[in-house]
Amino acid sequence: MKYGYYPGCSLERNASAYHKSTMAVAGPLGLELQEIDDWNCCGATEYFAVDALPAYALVARNLALAAEQPGNGHQVVAPCSACYLNLRKVDHYMGNSPELASQVNTALAAGGLHYSPGTVKVRHLLDVFVNDLGYERLAEKITKPLTGLRVAPYYGCVMLRPVLDGTFDNPEYPNTMDTLMATLGAEVVDFPLKAHCCGGHMTQISENVALELIYRLLKNASEYDADVIVTLCPMCQLNLDAYQDSVNKYFKSDFKIPILYFTQMIGLALGMDPIDLGIGKEFVDARPALAKIGVEIPVEEAAKKKKTGKEELPMPRMPVEG
Amino acid sequence: MVVTATQERTPTFFEEVVSATPGGKTNLELCLQCGTCGGSCPSGQDMEHTPRALFAMITAGMKQQVLSSNTPWYCVSCYYCTVRCPQEIHITDLMYTLKRMAIKHGYYRQSTAADAPDFSQTFIGYVENYGRSFELGLATRYHLSHHPLDVVKMAPMGLGMWRKGRMDLTPKKIKSIQQLRAILEKARELGGEA
Repeated sequence: MKYGYYPGCSLERNASAYHKSTMAVAGPLGLELQEIDDWNCCGATEYFAVDALPAYALVARNLALAAEQPGNGHQVVAPCSACYLNLRKVDHYMGNSPELASQVNTALAAGGLHYSPGTVKVRHLLDVFVNDLGYERLAEKITKPLTGLRVAPYYGCVMLRPVLDGTFDNPEYPNTMDTLMATLGAEVVDFPLKAHCCGGHMTQISENVALELIYRLLKNASEYDADVIVTLCPMCQLNLDAYQDSVNKYFKSDFKIPILYFTQMIGLALGMDPIDLGIGKEFVDARPALAKIGVEIPVEEAAKKKKTGKEELPMPRMPVEG
Repeated sequence: MVVTATQERTPTFFEEVVSATPGGKTNLELCLQCGTCGGSCPSGQDMEHTPRALFAMITAGMKQQVLSSNTPWYCVSCYYCTVRCPQEIHITDLMYTLKRMAIKHGYYRQSTAADAPDFSQTFIGYVENYGRSFELGLATRYHLSHHPLDVVKMAPMGLGMWRKGRMDLTPKKIKSIQQLRAILEKARELGGEA
């Protein structure tokens, strides 16, 4: 099974564990992911808030590149929910509105590109795992079931909503990742807030509003005694993981729930080395939870990053031109 | 002379909002004022107006009040309202339109979410220059200009991100950045009101 692959900016760095685990499990499961050459940012939720037509054109460039790259069967897989939505939405709206399609194509023509709506089918990575690969074929490959691990599957928003021309799961009470986790042998806990919002970029706009949204999710998962929350979106992972400490300080709570990607869980069930799945990059340590299923990660391994010896704050630098 | 409906006239605020929302029908004219949107909204309690109230204000032509409300900026783009709306109004898309109009008219400066547009604009600045987003640059540039004290508060997280190998110190640049810039330039030229 061959697909175009649109990793998105988050997977290049902040969610590199998602990219790494996706790459690690794709091959052995027979999924061939071919990166779209020279793709650009999807604009996240920011570009559409500032300038509409450039936002559509920005996304359409990726669709045009995907359409002309041979060998991907005109299917593009996005692991990030925001990228998935933006690619899908632009394709869908261009199809709905000939006027928008024509304007976007006039813009694309300035860069020698063209995109006919409907040419590329945009898929979320989870969709490919559950519908193309399927639970049964995945089950055959499991060597180390996640027996005894209590998992709360967290879907977030924009993989499920808006529906546009149809989704592969229920927009309010999804179930595919629940079944996937059960297939891996995990004990899936009820998680009523599994399709609620993590706040997206709200941590940067109004932190208290964001912390409240994150708190609700952590509280709900902890009420159901989840050992781990499993996610399919880099923004959800970042908010629940990196801001868990801030939530604890703000609400005087004591959550210690690791947030892992569903691809990392698949890798563990396939018996892969946790380091090869990017485990150890999370802020909230996953080791105590994973010890329940006999996965051990040596402390030194997890911390074995290139150390410069310097502890000063990282500052942004500009790339050398050329 | 009898004034007929076909004669040129200034569009109402309602018409402005609808025509600035690309991608097909918004269904805004079908709003029943049922309030399902506000009841479904995760950040509704922090909004100055629920989406339902905002839509009534749009119909009433309350342009300045609508565009200076914090409501569009507190929309987290979760699309709960959109999938639940019995009239299938494209609520989240309308919130994006209101954000764009608020920036254009400068009204957002009166809102309690006055910093939000700058976050979006800083974000797209990196995308326009490099073709990819750049988290560290975004966080430092935006917070230094808006919440300098927060930079100190955020430092431990930044250091943590860096130590975990989750943050780049330099932005990544796509190969065909000139092509992307030409496309965006053309789109801006064509964009107009939208």
